[in-house]
Amino acid sequence: MSKAYLVLDDGAIFEGQSWACLGETYGEAVFSTGMTGYQETLTDPSYHKQIVIMTAPHVGNTGMNKADMESKKIWVSGFAVRNPSPRPSNWRSEESLESALIDAGVVGIQGIDTRAITRHLRDRGSMRVGIFSDGQLSRDEMVIKVRQIPAMSGLFLASDVTTESKYVVSPPPGVPTSFTVAAIDLGIKSATPRHMSERGMQVHVFPMSASNEEIRAINPDGIFLSNGPGDPSTMDEMVELVRGFLADSIPVFGICFGHQILGRALGFTTYKLPFGHRGINQPVKNLQNGTVEITAHNHGFAVDAPVDANFTTVYGSGHVSHICLNDGVVEGLELLERPAFSVQYHPESAAGPHDAAYLFDHFAEMMSKEKVK
Amino acid sequence: MSRDLSIKSVLVIGSGPIVIGQACEFDYSGTQACRILREEGIRVILINSNPATIMTDPEFADATYIEPITPEVIEKILAKERPDAVLATLGGQTALNAAMQLFERGSFEKYGTRLIGANIDAIKRGEDREVFKGIVEKIGGESSQSLICHSMQECLAAAQVLKYPVVVRPSFTMGGLGSGIAYNQDELELIAGAGLRHSPTTEVLLEESIIGWKEYELEVMRDHKDNVVIVCSIENLDPMGVHTGDSITVAPAMTLTDVEYQRLRDLSIAIIREVGVDTGGCNIQFAVNPTDGRIIVIEMNPRVSRSSALASKATGFPIAKIATKLAIGYTLDEIQNDITKSTPASFEPTLDYIVVKVPRFAFEKFPEADERLTTTMKSVGEAMAIGRSFPEALQKALRSVEKKGMSFAWESAGRDLSDLMSTINIPTEYRLQNVQRAMYLGASVEEIFARTKIDPWFLAHIEIINQKAKEISQAADLGGDLLREAKTLGFSDAQIASLRALTEFEVRAIRHRLNVRPVFKTVDTCAAEFEAHTPYHYSSYDQESEVRPRTKPAVFILGSGPNRIGQGVEFDYSCVHAAFALREAGYETIMINCNPETVSTDYDTSDRLYFEPLTLEDVLEVIAAESAAGPVLGVIAQLGGQTPLGLARGLLEAGVTILGTSPHAIDLAEDRGEFGKILAKSELKAPEFGMARSFDEAKVIAHGIGYPVLVRPSFVLGGRGMEIVYDDESLEEFIAKATEITPNHPVLIDRFLDDAIEIDVDALYDGVELFLAGVMEHIEEAGIHSGDSACVLPSFTLDATKIAEIRDATYKIASNVGVLGLINIQYAITRDGTLYVIEANPRASRTVPFVSKATGNPLAKAAALISTGRSIAQLRTEKILPLSGDGVANGVSVKEAVLPWNRFRRIDGTGVDSVLGPEMRSTGEVMGIASTFGQAYAKSQIAAFGPLPMQGSVFISLSDRDKEDALAPARALAELGFTLFTTAGTHDFLAKEGVTSKMVRKNSDTQGEGLSAVDIITSSMVDLVINTPLGRGSRHDGWLIRTASVQRAIPIITTIAGFKAAVEGIREMQSREFDIQSLQEWQSIEGAR
Repeated sequence: MSKAYLVLDDGAIFEGQSWACLGETYGEAVFSTGMTGYQETLTDPSYHKQIVIMTAPHVGNTGMNKADMESKKIWVSGFAVRNPSPRPSNWRSEESLESALIDAGVVGIQGIDTRAITRHLRDRGSMRVGIFSDGQLSRDEMVIKVRQIPAMSGLFLASDVTTESKYVVSPPPGVPTSFTVAAIDLGIKSATPRHMSERGMQVHVFPMSASNEEIRAINPDGIFLSNGPGDPSTMDEMVELVRGFLADSIPVFGICFGHQILGRALGFTTYKLPFGHRGINQPVKNLQNGTVEITAHNHGFAVDAPVDANFTTVYGSGHVSHICLNDGVVEGLELLERPAFSVQYHPESAAGPHDAAYLFDHFAEMMSKEKVK
Repeated sequence: MSRDLSIKSVLVIGSGPIVIGQACEFDYSGTQACRILREEGIRVILINSNPATIMTDPEFADATYIEPITPEVIEKILAKERPDAVLATLGGQTALNAAMQLFERGSFEKYGTRLIGANIDAIKRGEDREVFKGIVEKIGGESSQSLICHSMQECLAAAQVLKYPVVVRPSFTMGGLGSGIAYNQDELELIAGAGLRHSPTTEVLLEESIIGWKEYELEVMRDHKDNVVIVCSIENLDPMGVHTGDSITVAPAMTLTDVEYQRLRDLSIAIIREVGVDTGGCNIQFAVNPTDGRIIVIEMNPRVSRSSALASKATGFPIAKIATKLAIGYTLDEIQNDITKSTPASFEPTLDYIVVKVPRFAFEKFPEADERLTTTMKSVGEAMAIGRSFPEALQKALRSVEKKGMSFAWESAGRDLSDLMSTINIPTEYRLQNVQRAMYLGASVEEIFARTKIDPWFLAHIEIINQKAKEISQAADLGGDLLREAKTLGFSDAQIASLRALTEFEVRAIRHRLNVRPVFKTVDTCAAEFEAHTPYHYSSYDQESEVRPRTKPAVFILGSGPNRIGQGVEFDYSCVHAAFALREAGYETIMINCNPETVSTDYDTSDRLYFEPLTLEDVLEVIAAESAAGPVLGVIAQLGGQTPLGLARGLLEAGVTILGTSPHAIDLAEDRGEFGKILAKSELKAPEFGMARSFDEAKVIAHGIGYPVLVRPSFVLGGRGMEIVYDDESLEEFIAKATEITPNHPVLIDRFLDDAIEIDVDALYDGVELFLAGVMEHIEEAGIHSGDSACVLPSFTLDATKIAEIRDATYKIASNVGVLGLINIQYAITRDGTLYVIEANPRASRTVPFVSKATGNPLAKAAALISTGRSIAQLRTEKILPLSGDGVANGVSVKEAVLPWNRFRRIDGTGVDSVLGPEMRSTGEVMGIASTFGQAYAKSQIAAFGPLPMQGSVFISLSDRDKEDALAPARALAELGFTLFTTAGTHDFLAKEGVTSKMVRKNSDTQGEGLSAVDIITSSMVDLVINTPLGRGSRHDGWLIRTASVQRAIPIITTIAGFKAAVEGIREMQSREFDIQSLQEWQSIEGAR
C-alpha cells in the first residue's frame, strides 16, 4: 500500500492509501450514504464519470456476485472508502470487491476520512475530483490537473452508457405478456426491465439513438425513459422525441434522468443541486395520499416545477406528485389529462428499499386504460 | 391531522424494578415519554415502583405514583385520576402485561379511558407465538418449524417430531425468561417445566434448532398513516443460540448484501402491518442460514425494547420520543429530526460509523450458576462503543465493559491452543477473548468458524488486530505510523504498553509527543448529508474533528458505565440530575458515558455528550479536546459510583480539576488505616479490624478480633467478594480467592456485629454546614449487604438522641474527610446502643434517589452545585434545600431489593441458592410509600415479589438461633387465620409455645413418611415460605426449600426481620385496603405542615 490522495478542485486534499488499481482518475465527486448496495452503485451507469465516496465505513464485506450486477460493468471512475473488507463473507459472493475493481481498471483510495470529504462536499457543493496513487505529482500539480477536467454541468454522457443494440426482456415464465414497452436506455439498470417484465411487460430496450420510427415500429403500449448520467439540459433531441409521444397520448413513464427529460418536454427547466441526492434513505412524500416512501436516490440535477398548485402545459394540466421531505425538491410529475408521469428517484431500487415499486403497477394500469380507449 | 387534541391526560406505566432482561432502558424510554407528553401540555400521571429512576422524579410528571404495578393499583389510579389515555408500550414487558390484564378486567372501559400506542389485538398477535407464526406464513415469510405445548406430555411428543436439540420458548415472558435449548429429554423436562410455570398462559413453544445461524434484528416504526421506517439493523456477532441481550451485537448489519437486507426490510414492514401495530416501535428478529441465506422470522416485540434503546443511541434517532409522539396522533413526517433540525423523522438513519455493544455479566456473584450463554438472558448490563471501523468500535466496547479480562490481551494466559479450541464451541462470557487468543496461537478463521459459527468477516478483523499486536511487540520502536495504525484498530494505551513492556503513562507520553491523537466525530443520523446541531460525539483515530468552540465554562460529568450489580440506574440518576442542575446554573455540561440504556446518554440530557469508554485514557482525550474548545471548570466524579471515583486520582495527576470532594479525601475514606485515624480523632468507634496481605497475617488478626469476622477486599463496590467467615479454614479459602480479585489491595477483616441494627445515612456537606438528608434503618440485620437489604425511612427504632448522635458523627466524618458534596455512611448500633461506623463513602450512594423521593429534596442536584462552590445556606435560600433543618421523610418509605435468583441455574439444572449475605446480588429495587410501616412494607413486597398472601398456608422452617425471635410473628400469622406448616424442630418449638402447626418431613429425612417440605412447595400447597438458613450449601434442606420456592415463584423470606415486617404488612392489608398517593401529594402535605 502506498500513499494516495483524493484531490478536490477547490484545492482540498485528503490523504489515504492506494487501493485497487494504482494510477490517476478523475470525475465528479459525489458521496453515497447507503449502508448496503455498493455493488449496485458501482454497476449503475448513472455513476459514469463520477468518483463515488462511500460514507459506509466498511465496504466490500459481501464481495461481488453476478446476480446483483445492475449492468454489465463497473461504471464509476473512482471509488473512495474508509475500510475495505479484508475478505468477502457471504454465501453468494463470487469475487472480492478489490479484484473486481482491479479487473475493471478502477483506481480506488482507502483509509481516507470519508466523513470529512462528505462534510466538505455538503458545505461546498459537488465538484471535480481526482484520485492519485502513483505518487509522482506535487500537491499543486494534482489540483491543477483536477481543474482541467470538464465539470458535470453541460456534460452529455448518455451515449457513453446506452446499449449498442436493441434487446428484449420478456416476462418470466408463468407471467403472460400484457404490454409492449419501449424502454429508452439512457443508462438503464437491469432491475428496471426486470420489474416491468414481472408485471407482464415485454420490454424492448432501445439504444438512445433509436429513431421515432424504430420505436413506433414495435407499436408500444408505453414508453419508458430510464435513468442515466449527465446534464439533462443537453438532451434536446430526446426531449423532442418524448413530446411526440405525449402529443399522441402514448403512456410515458420516466425515472431519474428520464424524469428530467419528461420535465423538460413539459416545458420546465432543470438545475444542478448543490450536492445532489444520493443514498437509499430519502423520504419522499406522495402528495396524492400523504404517505411517505423511503426511496433510493441518485441525482445531481432536478426539475424546477411549481409545487403548490397544478400547472398547465401544452399537453394539458399536471401537478407535482412527489416531493423530497428533506429539502422540498420536486420528485415526481404527472399529467392529469394525458398518460404520463415520472419520478426523480428509483422505484427499481437496486440498491434500496422497495417502497416505490408500486409505480411500475401504476404504469401497467395506465397502459391498460389507454388500451381500452 | 397531527396531534389528537382529545388527549389531555395520559397515564404512563413504567417498568418497575431493574431485573435481568428489563433494565434502565425503560427509564430512558419512559423519561422521554413523560417529557414529550408534558411538552405537549398533556397532564402526565405515572406509575412506577422503582425509586432509582429519573422518570419517577416529581418534576417529570404531574402525578407520580411510586406504587406496585398491578392491575388493582392501576385501577385505583384510573379511578382517581381519570386519564384520557394509557401509554404502556414504553415500560417494557411489565407495562405491556399490566395493560393486557387491565384489558381482561375491562378496566379501560370501566374508567372511560383507552390504550394508546398499541392495541390489544396487535399485542396479542405479536406475542402469541401461534398467531404470530400464522402471520409470518401469510406474508410469505418462514418460521422455524415449531409446536405449541401446554403440558409436559405435549412437550415430549413434540420433541419426537422436531428432533433434539429443541428450543423452548415460553409465551408472554421477557428477556427469554424460562427459555433454553434442550439436547435431550432430561433437559427438556427441566427447561420446559420451568417455561410452563413462567408463562402466564402456561404455554411454551418448542422449535427446531437454528443454532449457529446468523442473527439479525430490525427496529421498525410505524405511524397511523401507515408510514413505516426501519430505524436500525443490528447483527449479532454471536450467532443464534445466545439471547440477543447476551450477544455482542453490531450496528448496522455487516454481512448482508442489499438484496438480502431489503428482504428483511420487506418482511419487517409486512409483519408490522399484518400484526397491526398502529403506531410506535417494535423490533423483529431474524435468523439467516449462513450457507444458503434461508431466512427464518424468530419473533417480534410489539413495543419499545432494550434493542430500541440501543438503536436510539446507535443512530441518534430517539425511538421512545417518537413513539410517544406517534401515540398522541402525530405522523412521522410531522416530527422534526432533532439532530438536523431541517429534515423530518420519516427517514431511515444511515451510519458512517460502527456501533458495538458488549454485555456485562455478573457470574462472579453467582459462583454456582451455569455460565453457558443460552436463550435465557443472564447479563446485567451492557456497554456500547462507536468507532469508524469494526475493530476500533469492538476494542473500545470491550474496555468500556470495565472488567478484567474483557480487553484482548496477548501475554500467555497459561492455556494452549487445544485447550482454547475445546472451549470455544460453547458460548460463555469470555468466548470472544478465547477466540482471539486461539487465533493468536495460530487457529485459522475457518477453524474458528467451524466451531463457533461466528461470521468469518468478524473473525478476519480479529486476525488483523492480532497481527497488529504482533507488529507492536516486535517493532524496533514505537513510531508514529505504527501507533496510529494501532489506535485506528482500537488499541488502548494500556494494551500497547503491555505489548511493549512499558507503562500506560509512557505510551501516552510517546503518543502525545508524536501527536497521535483522536478526533471527535458526530452521531448525526445521516452520515453528514445534513448539518448536525446536536453535539453527540465519539472518538476515532481519523482526520477531521468536529468539536465546536464554546464560551461557557464546562463541567464534565463522568457517568457510571455499564450497569452491574452494585452500580446501576441509581448512579445514572445522580449524574442526570447534576447535568440538569449545572446547565440551569449556567455551565456547559459535558457527559461522558458508555451505557446505551441510560438517560445520561440521551443526547439532550447534557449540552454535549461523549459516548466513550470510562477509562483514564479516553476521558483525558475528551477533556483535552474540550479544553481546546473553550473554558473548563472541572470534572464531577462523585456521582457516578465507583467508576468515576476510580478515575479521579489519575485525572488529578494529569492536571485536571476535580470538583467537589477531592481525590485525597476519597482516598482518606477508602483507606482503612487513614480512615481509622479520622475515626479516632472524631472519637468514633469502628468494629475492630485489621488489614492483611497474606493468610498468616489474616489469621492473626481474625484470632485477635474473634470469629465470626467479615472479610472483604478493599476498593470494591457492592460488597463483591465479601463474606462472613467462621473459622480458619474458610478464611484461608477466602484469601485465596480475594487476592485474585484486586491485586495491590489488602484484604479487610472486620469484627462481625451480630444482631446489630444497620443504619445508612446520606448527607451533604459544603465544608461548613451538614445537611442530614436521610437516616435509613435496615430491616434485615447486619451481615446482609445494604444493597440487598430492605430499609425504611424514617427509622422506626431510633430516638431523637440517637439521631442526634448519628448527626454528630456524620458531621465529624464529613468535615474530617473533607467532603464537598455527598457522603454516605453506614453505621451499626448494637443491642447495648453503641454506635459503630462501618464505612463511609464520600460520594453519591445507591440510596440517593430513594432518599430524594422519600424526603422531596434533590440531593444529587444539591451535590453538583456544592461541587461548583455553592453553599448549603445558599441552596436553602434558593429553595433547593429546606429553609432550615435536615431532611424529613414524607410518610413512611420502604425500599426493597429485587434479586435475580430465577435467572440462574446450576449446570445440573437445579436452582442457585437464594439466601442473602454480605455480597450484594440484587439487580434493582422498589419503593413502597404509605402512612404506616406495615402498609409501606406490604407495598414494597407486592412491587418486588408480587402480593403477600392475605390468607392460606405458610411454611416455616427456622434455624435454632432464630426460633425465639420468630415466635411472635408465627403466632400472629396463626391468629390472622393462616395454616402453618413446619418441619419437626420448628413444629415442636411452636407447639411448646402453644402455636399449632402441621408437621412435614425434612427432605433429608428420606425414611420419614408423608409429604416433604419440597412436596408442599412444588405442589403449591403453601402461599408463603419462611426459611432462615443454617448456612449456605446444597447439602442443606434449606437450599432445597429455597430453590423450590424460587422455581415455583412462591414468596420466600429468609430473615426474621423480614418475617416480622411481612406479618405486619399482612395484618395491615387484611385490616384495610391500601390507599395511593402521588409523590406530589406527599410533598405538598409536608410543605403545608
